[in-house]
Amino acid sequence: MRVELPLSPEDVNEIATILDGSSYDRLDIRTSRFRLRVERSGEGWSQEWSLDEGAEVAVAATVSVSTVAVVPEGLEGVAAPLPGTFYHAPQPGAPPFVAVGDVVGPDSVIGIIETMKLMNPVHAGCEGRVVDVCVDNATMVDSGAILMHIQPA
Amino acid sequence: MIRRLFIANRGEIAFRVIRTARRLGMTSILGASEADLSSWPARDADEVVCVGPSPSPQSYLSVDAVIAAAKAARADAIHPGYGFLSENAAFARAAAAAGIIFVGPEVSSLEAMGDKLMARKVGIEAGLPVVPGGEAADKAQALERANATGFPVLLKAVSGGGGKGMKRVDRVEDLEASIDMAMAEAQASFGDPRIYVERFIASGRHVEVQVLGDGETAIHLGTRDCSIQRRFQKLVEEAPAPMIPDDKRTAIETAAVNLARHLNYRGAGTVEFLVDAKTFDFFFLEMNARIQVEHPVTEEITGVDLVEQQLLIAGGNRLTLTQDMVQADGHAIEVRINAESWANDFRPSPGTATHAAWPTGAGVRVDTHMPRGGVVPPFYDSLLGKLIVRGATREQAVARLTAALDVLNIEGISTTADLHRAIVRDARFQAGGVDTRFFEGLTHG
Repeated sequence: MRVELPLSPEDVNEIATILDGSSYDRLDIRTSRFRLRVERSGEGWSQEWSLDEGAEVAVAATVSVSTVAVVPEGLEGVAAPLPGTFYHAPQPGAPPFVAVGDVVGPDSVIGIIETMKLMNPVHAGCEGRVVDVCVDNATMVDSGAILMHIQPA
Repeated sequence: MIRRLFIANRGEIAFRVIRTARRLGMTSILGASEADLSSWPARDADEVVCVGPSPSPQSYLSVDAVIAAAKAARADAIHPGYGFLSENAAFARAAAAAGIIFVGPEVSSLEAMGDKLMARKVGIEAGLPVVPGGEAADKAQALERANATGFPVLLKAVSGGGGKGMKRVDRVEDLEASIDMAMAEAQASFGDPRIYVERFIASGRHVEVQVLGDGETAIHLGTRDCSIQRRFQKLVEEAPAPMIPDDKRTAIETAAVNLARHLNYRGAGTVEFLVDAKTFDFFFLEMNARIQVEHPVTEEITGVDLVEQQLLIAGGNRLTLTQDMVQADGHAIEVRINAESWANDFRPSPGTATHAAWPTGAGVRVDTHMPRGGVVPPFYDSLLGKLIVRGATREQAVARLTAALDVLNIEGISTTADLHRAIVRDARFQAGGVDTRFFEGLTHG
């Protein structure tokens, strides 16, 4: 499992300090396991580590992620402003913020998305009537996922 | 003697603990959630064990899951980091029951500092000053309290929280009416009319003292100032706390050591005080029985590796440091770089860092777990890393911080780097010694 990082933060610091007293502006080390770029940047130095060149480090897919993005013609879709867990109601057992048939305005809260331990309200963003709630309560959604369909007023 | 150290945490602190464990020759075992299995700390640890699904209640916050994983990994000690289970007495007890050393204080210390009212009681027992005031069951008692405390006073509901039912009273003639209102509000909101009368400190600073104890003796490693906060979340920390008269600083440090000794405290802890920014009168608030996020500023000016001290003490060693051996040198400042957008009211910004260029060089330290391509999952808090600078003087540290923040370049996710660039250029910050109202007075860049 372990990827040897033979350079400690102190080592990188020292490299930058040595380079600072030289005419060099950049050090780029690439091994089969990591890449480290130390670069002159304005009045200081930057360090940038990459672990998988060319391969994105991915979050293990362990939760269902809703990425529904199709909005039927004539309707407006309320998109998730950020990724997280979408909740219909302010707390478990409480009635949902809105239900099918409800009339909403641009500032109406239609649900909340929990991201990084913070609750973020989701606003309808338009005026109209809720015709469909596309995502189940407590579902993990991606940014941009369509949460509700609204028939514009 | 600890040989196999289980790290029950994630992010930069997991990485931080792995580094010291490695230097001490210990095998590091990271307990990671499913979302964190390919994180940088997980790649760096000697061994990785999955502690459960991504949501923290099923992984990092599950006493059963973490203890089971540590047992299966044949760990002889658990480092809990900060947050999650770090101050959970039930967790410390479960570790002990499983025959695993908990790298932290005794259960009795965790319980004594478990809630603010209990901490206040213990603080008084240890002879520490607390914010003058007390509970008042009726109006006559409230009046008596207020007169003893002096104005302005703050009225709080005993059963309350989150600012509800809090009233500031400046003059004695307003007190009766305010008490009536506060009691009515307390009754309406919490079904309990009792109020608490406390001196109102208009201009307060958050100053804390790092302590180390081995159960028999305790020392301090000086002060840190964490007055720059937003909604009680610290943004900037520095050591030592600037512009405090020497006699007051010594008194604050001595009070912290007295509390640690009173508790027979074992391990690293932080004693928090509210300091009046004008008179420098100080009042004990609470004690954090764990390593703090901001511990690096103390390390930078004392040269002491606090995680190493924690591990040595937990391994059964006496404290080898004496008070005289701890000599602070220079000034250090830490800023927390969070995945949040200042422009959008601190909206969290999970995602992938397409670029992650952190500063480096003389006087600069970065504690982070974010490489280029690193992922910020939506499940946990938003700390991406900490930028710590050190200078011979505060002025030099501020100059280094300014330069380092200009180097910092993270793309793909929003960060609070722009907030810190504004703070470091704020004349109040540059002057030093700001109070906890600093953030309210910060103008958006």
